[in-house]
Amino acid sequence: MRTVHVGLLVISIIGSYLISSSIYTVSEVEQVIVTQFGKPVGDPVTTAGLKIKMPFIQEINPIDRRVLEWDGSPSDMPTKDKLYISVDLFARWRITDPLQYFLRLRDERSAQSRLDDILGSETRNAVAKHELIEIIRTTKDRVPLRDALLTKVESDIGALVPIQKGRVRVEQEIFASASEKVKVFGIELLDIRFKRINYNESVRPKIYDRMISERRQIAERFLSEGNGEAARIRGNRVRELNRIQSEAYREVEEIRGLADARAADIYAQAYNQGPESVEFYEFTRTMQSYKSMISTNTTLVLSTESDVFKFLKGMAPSVAKISAEGSDNSP
Amino acid sequence: MTTPQDDDENQGNPWDGRRSPHDFQELMSQGRAQFGRMLPGGGSGIFLGGVLIALGMGAWSSVYTVASDSVAVVQRFGQFLKEVPPGLHLKLPFGIDKATKVPVKRQLKQEFGFATLGATDPSQSPRGSERDTRLETEMVTGDLNAALVEWVLQYRISDPVKYLFEVRDPGLTLRYVSESVMREVVGDRTVDEVITIGRQEIEMDALTKMQTLSTKYAMGISIDQVQLKNINPPRPVQESFNEVNQAQQEKEKLINQARRDYNKVIPLARGEKDQRIREADGYRLKRINEAEGDVARFNSLLAEYAKAPQVTRRRIYIETLQDVMPDIQSKLIIDGQVQNILPLLNIDSLQGAK
Repeated sequence: MRTVHVGLLVISIIGSYLISSSIYTVSEVEQVIVTQFGKPVGDPVTTAGLKIKMPFIQEINPIDRRVLEWDGSPSDMPTKDKLYISVDLFARWRITDPLQYFLRLRDERSAQSRLDDILGSETRNAVAKHELIEIIRTTKDRVPLRDALLTKVESDIGALVPIQKGRVRVEQEIFASASEKVKVFGIELLDIRFKRINYNESVRPKIYDRMISERRQIAERFLSEGNGEAARIRGNRVRELNRIQSEAYREVEEIRGLADARAADIYAQAYNQGPESVEFYEFTRTMQSYKSMISTNTTLVLSTESDVFKFLKGMAPSVAKISAEGSDNSP
Repeated sequence: MTTPQDDDENQGNPWDGRRSPHDFQELMSQGRAQFGRMLPGGGSGIFLGGVLIALGMGAWSSVYTVASDSVAVVQRFGQFLKEVPPGLHLKLPFGIDKATKVPVKRQLKQEFGFATLGATDPSQSPRGSERDTRLETEMVTGDLNAALVEWVLQYRISDPVKYLFEVRDPGLTLRYVSESVMREVVGDRTVDEVITIGRQEIEMDALTKMQTLSTKYAMGISIDQVQLKNINPPRPVQESFNEVNQAQQEKEKLINQARRDYNKVIPLARGEKDQRIREADGYRLKRINEAEGDVARFNSLLAEYAKAPQVTRRRIYIETLQDVMPDIQSKLIIDGQVQNILPLLNIDSLQGAK
């Protein structure tokens, strides 16, 4: 009784162990290579689900079926224009031939290190063949927006450095040569992209100096633009002032001239009515002028012959004068 | 085998606690009957205990809930079975079914160059040290200048099956894509565009490019927004960028000063011009009025004169002399017959006598 009981227990334990070592599951994200004493047996299992294998002697080796990432560590390398830059790449790859992959690499760690080697050297090659700007820029014909205030004319500031190929083409070159080389490992390279490209620490001070001098240049231009504009305004001020003042002078003189002309016209019309008015004007005007011409310290020598004093010598006016007066109006 | 996540779900579930013993009773009575036949001894306490524990574990691991912002992807023996909407659900225990919850409705984000504290999603913040975070922001612009760019990426998981099964670490891959695209976009722009005028364009361009790539990579992610945060020139250069700003201010100041001087003088000059013109106009009026006055007076006189020319003439003559004469201090009246008086006249003594 007791032995039967224990026997059953042992059998059931052994049975369940047998079952558990002869079935296995394959997830959606993996594929499995079954090995027998370390040697792959049969085709790789690529469908997910519950699977059966020989217990004990066969082992399962799951291999990822998803798209995997490779992240290179940043490494310093020179460009064609001898600038040291630090380049950081990433790639996406997947295992397309699991058997080949299993035989050649066995696990992902060694796959990653092969990718390090291959992509690392291809990147170096490509970077050394191109100038820095070729792996920075992408679009060949792009015209940059310009701050109207910041960059007005001729200067290089605010312009993009021209390129021949551009980043995407360089990436494609690296990709093309590297993807050939990784095929032997049962790996397919899906794409590679530059993740980070930076100036090497040793280059930075020079770059910063250049940026600073560029900015100073802009700042100086602002100052001189300000001074120039101010000078222009000051010039305008003088010009306007002269214009206004001279216009005023011109208009004033014109008005005065016209006024004088008008007055002369009025006088002429009045005085020129006939010989009588001409003569009378002459007379009255002369009389008027005496008042201002003769002052206190004038010495006046008058003869008794004159009209005012002719009566000093006698009452009767001189014959000549009277006869003259009778015939003529002139004094 | 159950995942820890599934166990957690079941622990706090009262419904589960009430229901399970009922099931156990049935199962146990059936089991006991069967075992009783197999094992006549009846001393099978250990065995029954083992079965009991196993069944309890099974019940624990067969119930799970899906939060309202998520769906669960169920795999049976590793194979994709179904997508499960939010709510309470049953699955086969002992690791036969595996449910993975994916927050499809949640707006997820990734931060580049800075980190909000308390993030639970490991791909939300920059990984690694502070230096790595700084490296993430450093970029080279299309005019070979340098800039520090911080940005945020808003995304959602649009296809949980792809998200789980297509790419190993979609969050990390998305970070790589985002960094790469942002550098590509910034690399095509000048430092001025990056820092000031081109921000919006960069956001749009980066968004389109990231969307294209995430579609191509079939990660089951849809990108909603790219937002630029702080963008600065590198620290040693910042000072000189400020100088530019100051120079800009200084320029405005200089121009305004000159304008002030202009405005101080020109309107005044215009006023003075008007003043002079008006004065001239006044002169004009004066001249004409005076002329007309003179003429009127002359005409009146002339009319009188015409009536008696001799007398009027004489009168005016005498009146004028009468007016003028008294003021003159030295007057010499000489007989008309006397000739040659001038040689005797001492003009100096006359001057002295006055």
